[in-house]
Amino acid sequence: MTKKEGFPLSRSSRATRHALASALSGVLFGAIVAASNAIAAAPAVDITKFAFTPGELTVAPGTTVVWTNHDEVPHTVASKDKRLMSKALDTDDRFEHTFDEEGDFAYYCTLHPFMTGVVHVRKP
Amino acid sequence: MKPFSPNRTDTPDADRRKALGCLAAWTGAAVVWTVAGGVPRALGATGAGHVAEASKHALTFVQISDTHIGFHKDANPDVVGSFRRAAADINALPQTPAFVVHTGDVSHLSKPEEFGQARDLLGELKVDRVHTVPGEHDAIDDGVAGYLKFFDHDGKGRAWYSFDQGGVHFIGLNNVLNFKMGHLAALGDEQLAWLKADLAGVAHSTPVVVLAHIPMWTVWEPWGWGTADAAAAIALLRPFGSVTVLNGHIHQVLQKVEGHVALHTAMSLAYPLPTPGQAGIGEPGPLKVPAGELGKLLGTRQLSVVRGKHALALIDTPLDR
Repeated sequence: MTKKEGFPLSRSSRATRHALASALSGVLFGAIVAASNAIAAAPAVDITKFAFTPGELTVAPGTTVVWTNHDEVPHTVASKDKRLMSKALDTDDRFEHTFDEEGDFAYYCTLHPFMTGVVHVRKP
Repeated sequence: MKPFSPNRTDTPDADRRKALGCLAAWTGAAVVWTVAGGVPRALGATGAGHVAEASKHALTFVQISDTHIGFHKDANPDVVGSFRRAAADINALPQTPAFVVHTGDVSHLSKPEEFGQARDLLGELKVDRVHTVPGEHDAIDDGVAGYLKFFDHDGKGRAWYSFDQGGVHFIGLNNVLNFKMGHLAALGDEQLAWLKADLAGVAHSTPVVVLAHIPMWTVWEPWGWGTADAAAAIALLRPFGSVTVLNGHIHQVLQKVEGHVALHTAMSLAYPLPTPGQAGIGEPGPLKVPAGELGKLLGTRQLSVVRGKHALALIDTPLDR
């Protein structure tokens, strides 16, 4: 996995960076590493017990989200329009997708369509 | 119809003899259906391992399901071994079944090597043909395209078909596509239109046997154990005097009877699943059971058509009894 910046900050002042990081840390799932260059860890969605956790996620454009399957059975991450379409994820397999455009990306598991989630992509 | 015919020349006799020899003490673990007079009734292996003799005019066949070839987790590290136990059982039946039906989840991850291995394993069954329908595990990456490379029964590039044998009209359906987010799987309008046209040419006195992976009634909606538009299909079948619907997916035996329509789910040959909505279990994942218990929860089904009866005779038989 390549860590990617969760949001563009390179030209911000240090104070602004910290303010933004604080504001977004409540929104982004997973740890935001508010280091000096303000790199955010890729938000992670855990697939366990036939559920996506968190089921709802808000990220900035350009963010890569990583799904990891921890169940004994395969799952997929797919959207109706197929913009999201993973292969079968066996136990411990990962799928990542970089969301470049703003929007709401609802997705589900094609094997178990009762498993649903959504990624909201919003400019900070 | 060009059904899948196992190519048994691929399996050296020596290997088969060896396999049978190992399993000779273990017979009758398959369920044979007999259709007589239109109603399937299970014959088969009683607790003593004795298989009742079918009428010589009756059609007898076997259902297996959910082999999940490629699965190798704790719930069953040896699904191939489980399949071979069932195959030995089927091959030892006193009346050779007309064919075997597999009601889906042939593979675990839709991988070509899994389909290939499954086709080779099905070739170890000493029957003329094996009729399969796809499960959702067979349709993961590119719908049923990968599955059809190995199991296109009539060469039409679709996973539904029908055929007639022994005075019975058999229909295989694909109810693992048309998934909608948050909803049950469905047959879809194209397949329902095909089913209507297919049944239009069948006399209502003809027994009908339908194969589909996911139950054709809503067993437990929160786990996706149902088919969204099953009612539309059942409505097309209701005018017939004898309808038997054979499903898999839930890895356990359940029945529902609606007038002349009898619906049956089957055991898996891979791993058990919880009962519908089982208390204390939040999701339909493989159950790990103590060593020695697994074979009691996996098994096969024998069906026979019995003349003069509108229900098929069914016998569900676990691998270990």
